[in-house]
Amino acid sequence: MSDVLKVPTMAEFMATGKQPEVLFWVGCAGSFDDRARKITKAFVRLLNKAKVDFAVLGTEESCTGDPAKRSGNEFLFQMQAVTNIEVLNAYEVKKIVTACPHCFNTLKNEYPSLGGDYAVMHHTQFLKSLLEEGRLSIEGGKFKGKRITFHDPCYLGRANDVYEAPRDLIQKLDAELVEMKNCRKKGLCCGAGGAQMFKDAEKGDKEINIERTEQAMEVTPEIIATGCPFCNTMMTDGVKNKAEGKIEVMDVAELIANANDL
Amino acid sequence: MEFLPNLIFAILLFTGIGFFARNISKLKRNIDLGKDVDTSDQTKIRWKNMARIALGQSKMVRRPIAGILHIVVYVGFVVINIEVLEIIIDGLFGTHRIFSGIGSLYGVLIGTFEILAALVFVAVIIFWFRRNVVKIQRFMKSEMKGWPKLDGNLILYFEIVLMGLFIIMNATDVEFQSTNSGNIISQFFAPMFEGYNVHLIERVAWWMHIVGILVFLNYLYYSKHLHILLAFPNTYYGSVKPKGYFNNLEAVTNEVKLMMDPNIDPFATTEEDASVPDKFGASDVQDLNWVQLLNAYTCTECGRCTSECPANQTGKKLSPRKIMMDTRDRLVEVGNNIDTNKGVFVPDGKQLLGDYITNEELWACTSCNACVEACPISIDPLSIILEMRRYLVMEQSAAPMELNTMMSNIENNGAPWPYNQMDRLNWKND
Ligand code: SF4
Ligand code: SF4
Repeated sequence: MSDVLKVPTMAEFMATGKQPEVLFWVGCAGSFDDRARKITKAFVRLLNKAKVDFAVLGTEESCTGDPAKRSGNEFLFQMQAVTNIEVLNAYEVKKIVTACPHCFNTLKNEYPSLGGDYAVMHHTQFLKSLLEEGRLSIEGGKFKGKRITFHDPCYLGRANDVYEAPRDLIQKLDAELVEMKNCRKKGLCCGAGGAQMFKDAEKGDKEINIERTEQAMEVTPEIIATGCPFCNTMMTDGVKNKAEGKIEVMDVAELIANANDL
Repeated sequence: MEFLPNLIFAILLFTGIGFFARNISKLKRNIDLGKDVDTSDQTKIRWKNMARIALGQSKMVRRPIAGILHIVVYVGFVVINIEVLEIIIDGLFGTHRIFSGIGSLYGVLIGTFEILAALVFVAVIIFWFRRNVVKIQRFMKSEMKGWPKLDGNLILYFEIVLMGLFIIMNATDVEFQSTNSGNIISQFFAPMFEGYNVHLIERVAWWMHIVGILVFLNYLYYSKHLHILLAFPNTYYGSVKPKGYFNNLEAVTNEVKLMMDPNIDPFATTEEDASVPDKFGASDVQDLNWVQLLNAYTCTECGRCTSECPANQTGKKLSPRKIMMDTRDRLVEVGNNIDTNKGVFVPDGKQLLGDYITNEELWACTSCNACVEACPISIDPLSIILEMRRYLVMEQSAAPMELNTMMSNIENNGAPWPYNQMDRLNWKND
């Protein structure tokens, strides 16, 4: 795989006096987490292939503040938000795409009243629009007939009512999309939200990600697809515990990039 | 003496309604203890929500068995109440079945009531079995012991008795039976009373029916059954934003903007200080907003939220239903405190946080919104949980240690992990 990724920054665009079509908000997980970085790169490969004029903030990006806000630290959240909004507005950003539903939710719902008004898309929505506009196509039947189940990230599904975009993409792979008993509005959380990702769970009789992995195993998928780096981590851990080697956990962007041999 | 029954009736009616009005004004006073929140936006969507969710019961049928049974009881309740109007007029003016003057339509009307009464009767019996024999899991959780359990059953007994009285009242009304119109159900019970003083039985059933309804009306205030009234305003005032949205505290915004503005001398004391609230977040009911308090009074204790909660499903102490019940219990306690202290709240050394809801419960939440989605009447337990976390973190710095680490990472490097912001683009060269 030739890995020459084109990842221009906003600063570079600025220097040439041009505006990119869209800003790719990478997010902390997408920047630093080993597993999530693979998702970031898969998504960039797709953007490159579709010749999307995008840019990232690079070192000018900072945490949206979501985990701070959900922990109750409104002050830290707003400090982060206002700092980010200053950067985004200075670059006159209009449209943002992100592969993290938490960033997606915060940028889309909580930034506007602080002065940051952008059209925000989740990467599955963006990829779907690329397919519809004919800028990207899915080649190769690598996933043809594979049993894939989609785990709804809470901050994409219930929080923002995006249920179909990721499913439409999976179906385009000619895969067999199987639904867990708790899906869409009734999807069970992976256990990471509300800053749980960063702490041990309270005392109980089970880990939430194990419960969710068991629900997934009931429909015997070959792949659990997700659209969130945190869900990915939680489900990967669950699978390691329960179905090591039998099920793969992949982001929807990775599925499409793989199908295209990218 | 001819007017004695009318007089007694009038006294009963006005006492019943009077007490009810007093309770409602107390209820309103308690809800008004909450902070103000702007709900003047999107009125069209709000009306639509009320029509769809409260009037149309759209979210009830997600659980088909309970949903359909509930619709039967709900429709029965609303429709049969037309009969109450007749009872009131008859009682006040000494008439008998005043509406029968409308002719054959009256038979259709009463016939409908009788069928509904029978359906309600059956539905309520099934409800009782679900609670007490089948023991559906969500009714068996720890917060459902004692009064909440009794309350759930009492209302079922109430319904059984009221519906029974309605049928008996019709069955023993000789005149009504003789018209043989509208007595679809009661005709089968009429023979049972042959040989007895049917007139007396009819009168007793009639009086007990109306007294029962007045008692029921006044029982509401103490019961989860307040939802039959409050579900309507509650679905109207419920959030019209995406579920993922959590409000930005304005006081914090002012402070942050001040800090970030290079033109302002940070050491100068400004008027702005006055806008800083005396408390961030919520430790007691008065710190919540009035919609959250309305939520608490509206909660039906059905447990749909708790049964969908990932934390509760995996054995954690958190139960979103308990959050709502605790909020209501504390609010009632505060209200009683105000009543006994001539209109002012005298600190009682208690609060919602700690005395009702523990830190452990609050920190178990994943903010997944499953509870909000599951609630059939637009209650938002999550907003209360997050508001209380705000108090824990911003007022008490009482976050779990790992979260403090995460937050100081964000503060120092702009990421929840200890990585340098300057390394944010390194993935590009992996
Ligand atoms: S948001 Fe919190 S309380 Fe509500 S269902 Fe999810 S984990 Fe439970
Ligand atoms: S909050 Fe809603 S779902 Fe939960 S118990 Fe109350 S009424 Fe039922």
